[in-house]
Amino acid sequence: MNILEVRNLTKQFGGLTATSNINMDVKKNSITAVIGPNGAGKTTFFNMITAVYKPTSGDILLNGKSLVGLKPHQVSKFGITRTFQNIRLFHDLTVLDNVLVGMHQRLKSHWAGTLLRLPKTRHEEKEAKVAAYKILQYVGLADYVNENAANLAYGAQRRLEIARAIAAKPRVLLLDEPAAGMNPKETKKLTDLIHDMRTRLDVTIILIEHDMKLVMEISDFIYVLDHGELIASGIPEQIRNNKRVIEAYLGKGAVSNAQ
Amino acid sequence: MIFGWMNQFAQSKRSQIIFFAAYVVLTSLGLYFIQDSVIAFLLLLFSILILYYLKLSNKAKWIMGFLILAILVPLSASHGSAYQSYMEVGTLVGIYAAMSLGLNIVVGFAGLLDLGFIAFFAVGAYTYGIFASAQASKFMPFGHYPLPGDTFWLFIIAGALIASIFGILLGIPVLRVRGDYLAIVTLGFGEIIRIVLNNMDHPINITNGSMGISSITPPDFFGISIGNSSQFYYIVLAIFMVVMYIVTKLEDSKLGRAWKAVRDNEIAAQAMGIPLVRTKLAAFAIGASFSGMMGTVFAAKQMFVDATSFTYLESTMILVMVILGGMGSVPGVILGAAVVTILNTQVLTEISNWLNQLSTTGAIAIPDALSPAKMQRLIFGILLIVFALYRSQGLIPHKNKKVNAEELKKAASEGSSSPEAGSPSPETALVNESRTTGGVDL
Repeated sequence: MNILEVRNLTKQFGGLTATSNINMDVKKNSITAVIGPNGAGKTTFFNMITAVYKPTSGDILLNGKSLVGLKPHQVSKFGITRTFQNIRLFHDLTVLDNVLVGMHQRLKSHWAGTLLRLPKTRHEEKEAKVAAYKILQYVGLADYVNENAANLAYGAQRRLEIARAIAAKPRVLLLDEPAAGMNPKETKKLTDLIHDMRTRLDVTIILIEHDMKLVMEISDFIYVLDHGELIASGIPEQIRNNKRVIEAYLGKGAVSNAQ
Repeated sequence: MIFGWMNQFAQSKRSQIIFFAAYVVLTSLGLYFIQDSVIAFLLLLFSILILYYLKLSNKAKWIMGFLILAILVPLSASHGSAYQSYMEVGTLVGIYAAMSLGLNIVVGFAGLLDLGFIAFFAVGAYTYGIFASAQASKFMPFGHYPLPGDTFWLFIIAGALIASIFGILLGIPVLRVRGDYLAIVTLGFGEIIRIVLNNMDHPINITNGSMGISSITPPDFFGISIGNSSQFYYIVLAIFMVVMYIVTKLEDSKLGRAWKAVRDNEIAAQAMGIPLVRTKLAAFAIGASFSGMMGTVFAAKQMFVDATSFTYLESTMILVMVILGGMGSVPGVILGAAVVTILNTQVLTEISNWLNQLSTTGAIAIPDALSPAKMQRLIFGILLIVFALYRSQGLIPHKNKKVNAEELKKAASEGSSSPEAGSPSPETALVNESRTTGGVDL
């Protein structure tokens, strides 16, 4: 069953076409990778799904319902959250508060309830803190609850972004270069985490990644973008041997030279 | 040796309380017997700051702070001729502290630089001024004006509501711009409000233009007409306490976190489901409402309003209080408001009076260009520069509230009913929570 369907998605910035006519079908509970050289339009693609950009044309369907025209905060309400390529944490908030912000749209409390100190609000707040702590335990950051996010090490900041994203209980989780800047050990831990999240959290994961080892290892399906166009799609085995993909990465003639 | 002993002394709760009580008694006796001593008055106020740093529960601090401000300060000051002027200072500190807390929500929490914050104070002041004087009868088709003084209490709320409506009105266009541009637009808004108020005497005379509105009815408290500073002091103290409560509660709530998230990273905040417009408007509206309330009090206290009280300089002064105190830090902002107000009304005037005296007696010769009155601003400016250089985080820098990690750990392990007893299993807990608690079902 497809959870996310993308139809003829096109984005133009003035005369420049960032992505053109992209079609995708993402199966529920799968791990799907979007790869391609720098500037291929991968992040633009993510930004359209999360409504940061409005597509010039085309449609994005989550469980058959269109997401085009929604505001970014509404998309998150519909069950899509993401992490960012250039880490975007709330630097001056504590690690715990970062995760609590991730829960924002799940918390029902109202500011009036806060001021009146309604038991319901206080209870919810308390529960939320415990739930946030559990998420931090899950990603291995429980020792840093009171630390400011800015003070975390790089790899920890990446994990905190994931923690914040899963705090929203997403149906679809978008990871934008989660392994960027990580050493092999950290990448291995991340790979395990992604695998684990898929089963435990029952979430569909779409990731952009340049680390081919990681991509080939965990993806069920891969889409390859180049110059804003979809040049290939398939299971890792097919992509590895795809002529157009190798050309896109290594340049024309790379295939024939190798042979 | 001595340091170790002092450290032990400072750590012990009992010795802290004894020291604090001695300090408070001493300073209040000092103020009681040496009435004209500004220093004694300031030292007594300083006890609130000491209180903040004591190792007591928050509740105890609140109660003690309230007792000192509501009973001890007025009582020990009431003895002599300077009583009203001391209470005037107290009133002003309260007014500015509440406004700084309002601006702190906008600038410190939500990160929206507002250079026209005094506009909301003006709106509150004019709201009461117009209806509590004969002014309203010039344009209102019905009703008898001025309204009696006991409507003042309703006007505090009305002032808050109308100011928050203006806050939203400002917010709607302003939300399209960010950073420097936001500052410019808010600056313009502040000036527009002032100029409009200054010119709304024709075609319909609403604000009486540059003549201002005079003979505003003083508030009436069960038949007692409130006219002097020692009485306004209590009104301001009550409103300030309410404002304090609202700010401290909101800071550590869903809304407070949303403000700070928007401040730190708008795009990520949106991606986490925070509605940008509504969150920013809430900051503008709530911040403005504090200012509006105090504006009402200001109009009633002065019994006269005109647009000259609401210049750009006033907006800057409130911003200085917030930045000097420590952006985003509630105790810092209150301290900032107190320090700036007391500097301007007490310390700097005292210094310039003293210098004046010296020059008239001929002890020192001060050239006209450096007359002590002009030096006030100079000294204030130099102080600001020194602070910006050496204490850029503010007098009491903002600190994030810490949670009890041990307690959370315990609660987390109890909450998950994992089959393997003893080992906390966060993963199962994550899954077990039903998904219906969040999101929209498609």
